[in-house]
Amino acid sequence: MSILICFILIPVLTIIAILFTKDGRSARVVAASGMFVQLIMSVVLLCMYYAQRHAGNNSEMLFLSDHSWFPSLNIRFTMGVDGIAVSMIMLTSTVVFAGIFASWELEDLTREFFISLITLATGVFGFFISLDLFTMFLFYELAVIPMYLLIGIWGSGPKEYSAMKLTLMLMGGSALLLVGLLGVYFNSTLENGQHTFNLLQISQLQLPIEVQRYFFPFTFVGFGVLGALFPLHTWSPDGHASAPTAVSMLHAGVLMKLGGYGCFRVAMYLMPAAANEMAWIFIILTTVSVVYGAFGAIWQKDLKYINAYSSVSHCGLVIFALLMMNRTSMNGAIIQMISHGLMTALFFALIGMIYGRTHTRMINEMGGLMKIIPFLSVAYVIAGLASLGLPGLSGFVAEMTVFTGAFQHPDTFHRIATIIVTTSIVVTAVYILRVVGMMLLGPLKNEHYEHLKDARWYEKLSAGTLLVAIAGIGIAPLWLSNLITGSLGPYVSKLANTITGLTF
Amino acid sequence: MNFTDLLLMRQELLLVLLTVLVVIIDLSVEDKRKDLVIGFTLVLFTIITLVGFIPLREGSLFGGMYNSTTLLVNMKNILNIALLIVLLQSVKWMRNEVNRNKTSEYFILLFSTLIGMDFMISSGDFLMFYIGLELATIPATALAAFDKSRNTSAEAGIKFIFSSALSSGILLLGLSIIYGTTGSIYFNGVVSALSSNSLQLLGFIFFLTGMGFKISLVPFHFWTADVYEGSPVNITAYLSVVSKGAAVFVLTILLYKVFSNFKDTWETLLYILSIATMTIANLFAIRQNNLKRFMAFSSIAQAGFILLGIMGADKAGMTAVVYFMLIYVFTNLAAFGVISNIAHETGNETISSYNGLYRTNPLLSLTMMLALFSLAGIPPVAGFFGKFFLFTAAASKGYYVLVLIAVLNATISLYYYLRVIKAMFIDRNEVPVPYFRSDIITRISLIFCVLGVFFTGFFGFIYEYIFQLSMNL
Repeated sequence: MSILICFILIPVLTIIAILFTKDGRSARVVAASGMFVQLIMSVVLLCMYYAQRHAGNNSEMLFLSDHSWFPSLNIRFTMGVDGIAVSMIMLTSTVVFAGIFASWELEDLTREFFISLITLATGVFGFFISLDLFTMFLFYELAVIPMYLLIGIWGSGPKEYSAMKLTLMLMGGSALLLVGLLGVYFNSTLENGQHTFNLLQISQLQLPIEVQRYFFPFTFVGFGVLGALFPLHTWSPDGHASAPTAVSMLHAGVLMKLGGYGCFRVAMYLMPAAANEMAWIFIILTTVSVVYGAFGAIWQKDLKYINAYSSVSHCGLVIFALLMMNRTSMNGAIIQMISHGLMTALFFALIGMIYGRTHTRMINEMGGLMKIIPFLSVAYVIAGLASLGLPGLSGFVAEMTVFTGAFQHPDTFHRIATIIVTTSIVVTAVYILRVVGMMLLGPLKNEHYEHLKDARWYEKLSAGTLLVAIAGIGIAPLWLSNLITGSLGPYVSKLANTITGLTF
Repeated sequence: MNFTDLLLMRQELLLVLLTVLVVIIDLSVEDKRKDLVIGFTLVLFTIITLVGFIPLREGSLFGGMYNSTTLLVNMKNILNIALLIVLLQSVKWMRNEVNRNKTSEYFILLFSTLIGMDFMISSGDFLMFYIGLELATIPATALAAFDKSRNTSAEAGIKFIFSSALSSGILLLGLSIIYGTTGSIYFNGVVSALSSNSLQLLGFIFFLTGMGFKISLVPFHFWTADVYEGSPVNITAYLSVVSKGAAVFVLTILLYKVFSNFKDTWETLLYILSIATMTIANLFAIRQNNLKRFMAFSSIAQAGFILLGIMGADKAGMTAVVYFMLIYVFTNLAAFGVISNIAHETGNETISSYNGLYRTNPLLSLTMMLALFSLAGIPPVAGFFGKFFLFTAAASKGYYVLVLIAVLNATISLYYYLRVIKAMFIDRNEVPVPYFRSDIITRISLIFCVLGVFFTGFFGFIYEYIFQLSMNL
């Protein structure tokens, strides 16, 4: 039994403990302590991972453990992590931890809220530690379905519509995904005649190109729906705008990363030849995604919609970078996932806190908040600066790496796409600075706001955790970058084997 | 053949014995103490259910008319478990003043249908199969009309018996054509004599049509919604789980064992039928407000999914179907348990009357939610595993397009299952269903179902066990 099983056991035990609590106050304490333990565990995992690597363990996945589940179909529960998975686990536990504190004041059905939230987290953790397509799919769906209740019960605005749209679109995506996974399964036959769901084993077998052509689109689009791939992103703005704070944080911060991660680890890793052939289609789509998301954000007045469109843009950049298929850009894609996860979680947390005070999310109804609630305002500015890629914060590292990697392609198509995508930086600056200017600076628009109180301790804790992480990545990017690059080796070499004529 | 050979038929024989005992006891207790009949029957039936799990040798009787294998015994066990849960859920209803005098009729009718199904599953020739089928159907129509004072119930009974008679007629025509062209009613004799003779093919299509009525596949489903709506809730549960389960088992066995020469034909037919069944049932289910009608269309849609497993056409397909039925028993009966509990307590049977149910009856709502998630195939509950293996079975034969259509249909089905969840958890209500304590027997049955819904999926060994049994189909 490896350490990884803790990442499922701790949330499950936390849920069971919450079931036994009497009221909402104790439920949130239990939830917070459970997720604190989880955060500690992920730091421990990181340290153990480094220790193993320093000890010279060069295998692709560490902490492997393998349990037979349905032997006749060769379905196993295989766990294992590489540097990329470890960094995603770090991201998840940070965001979940911050999310619990961001929903500290929730009154209605508190226990149920935390149970659903942690169920979602369980799905995400399980997804990142699985190496078996069956369990990955199981955890993927487990992460999606609590969203319905979370948005439907505790959301705001047209919550029922948004919740239903989000759930059905994501489940539709997982329908495509299931077909893709089954196709991969039945076409990967081991020497003993059994089929396999195991990622590592499938990656050893070369899937025939015809098979790849059939099933790559299913798998890629299936995951792409969750990664807000244009034009299947429409669940995202509505869902994020209606969701309660912690859920927006978790969803934009972590759950959307499942999409990018799945595209990378499953679709592209197992079917590189088809990925190379069809990359151009998806590059066009993601280019549209990035630019459209950025422009979409400019037109919005609702803070949550602005951030939701901005997420579409940033998540589009992740998939765009993955499709550039070289070491630098893939590295950038992973950093962008983490950077965006932290940043957008911080945004949504702050939006929730500001909304809790002003009771509006319309930027034109607010103004001059900087003087009244300085902590929240400064944190918002920092998140904004990270989002538009200011050096010293995580966004810069991510975008810089992505664009450098993307521009390594010598041909016109990739160059033009890269240039178009790069323009989104300017647009991002426009909508971020516009919000900061209208909402935080200038004269106070509404005298009722004069008596607003600044952040309470739990809000500071929530925002502080995320701020530290964002600044940490910005100041010392090499830690994260090394963690990721070390694990990109098998992917890059696999791509290099399949695709000739690309420089790495 | 000696006496010990008869032990092969232990489940059927015990049921016959129980049926007779129920009559005797009913005659011998006074009217005031009719509750005794319920308790007595429940205990004995539980024992019979348990006896079914005692492993015994396999074999056949009466020159191959009756077969018994461990797989068949376990199919009957699944039906027994389902009936046991239905019985537990109907105790409250049986204790009503109206039903006190007909308690024993209820049991006798139910057990008769079960005996019929058991014989049908074990049949080795078309005669036994047909007798079993009729024995399973005719008492069921009487059950549908059990609330004889209610117009809708009487209507359900009439509709049911007409459509059953029609479908039996068609099926019998098919069987007689097959008998006429092959000269045998024994399955073993028929298999070798079947060729691609077009008359035989016609007979087979009539047979499939008849079975389509029993399983309520589109376009043979028109009786389902009305009968389900009109029947007493527990009978609806029984029809949707036990009757349908038995018919699915038999269809699978016959397609695999007898009509294996027509594999290409029935695969094409099932392909079309399953797409029609899933899609049309889903579209109709979206518009329902009455929960019994809703569950009727939901169970039609589930039948469409089951066809995917049958198309797996080997041991994996068989395993997927049996495993799915086991999960379906727990899942559907969990949902019906809640529906019947609330219906008996308050008389409410509509989705809109469930608005705000979670605030007043949280445990019932949670049970219902688990059941609906399981029906929709959402992890971690068992329905996910059941559906996954059905899809895997179909994909193993390369029916990827069908799997895609099926998974998209599962997504549509999620929409209407979520409607009920939305009513219970999200919608507010001025006058929600008031809080009430369920009686102990209902609670036991619900806990049993919930445990089943939670754990049958995780326990891989159940699937493996069925897989081992399906090896020597």
